[in-house]
Amino acid sequence: MADSPPRILPKPTPATAPFWEAAREHRLLLPLTADGEPYFYPRAFSPGSLDPETEWVEGSGRGVLYSYTVDRRGTSPAFAARAPYVIGIVELEEGPRLTTNIVGCAIEDVRIGMAVEAVYEDVDGEVTLVLFRPA
Amino acid sequence: MRNGRRAAISGLAEWAPQRRWDTPMFGLEAYGKLAREALDDAGMEPGEIDGILCTRLGDAPMFAPAAVAEYLGIAANYGEVVDLGGANAAAMVWRAAAAIEAGVCEACLCLLPSVPAPPQPGVKPSTRGWMLGADAWGAPHGQFDAPYGLINPNSHFAMVAQRYRYEYDLEPRTLAKIAVQGRENALLNPKAIFRDQPITIDDVLNSPMVVDPLRLLEIVMPCAGGAGVVVTTLDRARRTGLRPVVVSGFGEHITHKSITYAPSLTQIPIVAAADRAFAMAGVGREAIDVASMYDCYTITVLLTIEDSGFCAKGDGGRFVEEHDLRFGGDWPLNTHGGQLGMGQGGAAGGMSHVIDVVTQLQGRAGPRQVGSAERGYVTGTGGFMSEQVALVLEGA
Repeated sequence: MADSPPRILPKPTPATAPFWEAAREHRLLLPLTADGEPYFYPRAFSPGSLDPETEWVEGSGRGVLYSYTVDRRGTSPAFAARAPYVIGIVELEEGPRLTTNIVGCAIEDVRIGMAVEAVYEDVDGEVTLVLFRPA
Repeated sequence: MRNGRRAAISGLAEWAPQRRWDTPMFGLEAYGKLAREALDDAGMEPGEIDGILCTRLGDAPMFAPAAVAEYLGIAANYGEVVDLGGANAAAMVWRAAAAIEAGVCEACLCLLPSVPAPPQPGVKPSTRGWMLGADAWGAPHGQFDAPYGLINPNSHFAMVAQRYRYEYDLEPRTLAKIAVQGRENALLNPKAIFRDQPITIDDVLNSPMVVDPLRLLEIVMPCAGGAGVVVTTLDRARRTGLRPVVVSGFGEHITHKSITYAPSLTQIPIVAAADRAFAMAGVGREAIDVASMYDCYTITVLLTIEDSGFCAKGDGGRFVEEHDLRFGGDWPLNTHGGQLGMGQGGAAGGMSHVIDVVTQLQGRAGPRQVGSAERGYVTGTGGFMSEQVALVLEGA
């Protein structure tokens, strides 16, 4: 549909570019606090300590589904054509939570607590989104 | 009481929420109209106002308090733009009270106009409002949440409800009861958009699923509207025709923006805000005669009851089942119908809860009057369960 809003895609900034560059290589990169704790989302300062030294660690891409909803109507215009789809919060093995979509299973089979693993959607040559599917 | 001064809410102004607003006004015009109505309600003069609290206005996107002062023709000793979404109303009230008690100013307008501006000739209205700022360059929300569809409040609050149902016992019927009893209160509120439409629990449970597990009748109806209050010194409020309503306790707590990064999905910021408000007021939860809790969704009310300390953690469902929440019930809540019953007058929605309790404490609720109410409790919830404010209000 010509009038449907374009897909919303991330526009990396200097502080977040390493995450999105890794995603393009189908790797899940997590920033670390000065104490070596992974956190999410990447920032120019680690939250809490405000340490500017950002180190990164490669995550396993595994976690559990912490919560989810099914957007039945595409409550935001750019998603109307995709509805119904699952918006989820995944708690990674390494601790942090992130926002994602759950794919690769029927909507009725989605459950909080289910084991999930990262799967990468190459949207175009520039952007890869990190989705999750049942592990 | 600080510096021997106490602050009280006096005059009120409230426009009935409407899906379609037929009389467009610029933000400053709407602010002025609400100001006139709230001052008239208290029998006060514009020249008595020396404090301006507002949120961003379309025709004053910067320097808003100065624009309001100039437009209204008053000089202010305190001006502030509050940006706490649905918590704005309660947040404005405590900021005004604190400024007055500190001796900074004498009388504040806390007004939230939320009506469409006249269309600008030759300019198509922006259609980006639904992005809620996520389309701003560099916005974390835009990079890490919006691409996956986590943008507007529906999906954020749905994930709170879903997680709560995973961790605790909560039947869909219990959440539905909150919408039904709010609606019963709305039937006696002439300003409520749903004043002619009673609903049953089955109506709620059979309404379309929008964002699992939240159904249509558990989700607030977005409207245009406008509302506000005058906060002044207790001494000045005594010299109006209205019972002064003292702001005796308040608290605020802000923990996250997107729900994904909340410290907890099932323990909400109101915990700290309520504890501070009740400690400041020097009363316990049992002293509350009437409560008005921000109800953008049914789950917001259940968690606010529980995390404000009116029952033990996890007992919110049982509390709702065991109490009659109607204005004539044993635990009157949202006696104006809540926003679920009244319609959410945009930014003014949160003010409906302040006005609900003040109206009860002033004995002006007409057929919805709960009896002789002395103390009330008000909450505001902004963002995605992100920012919450608690107020303890007391008739003087």
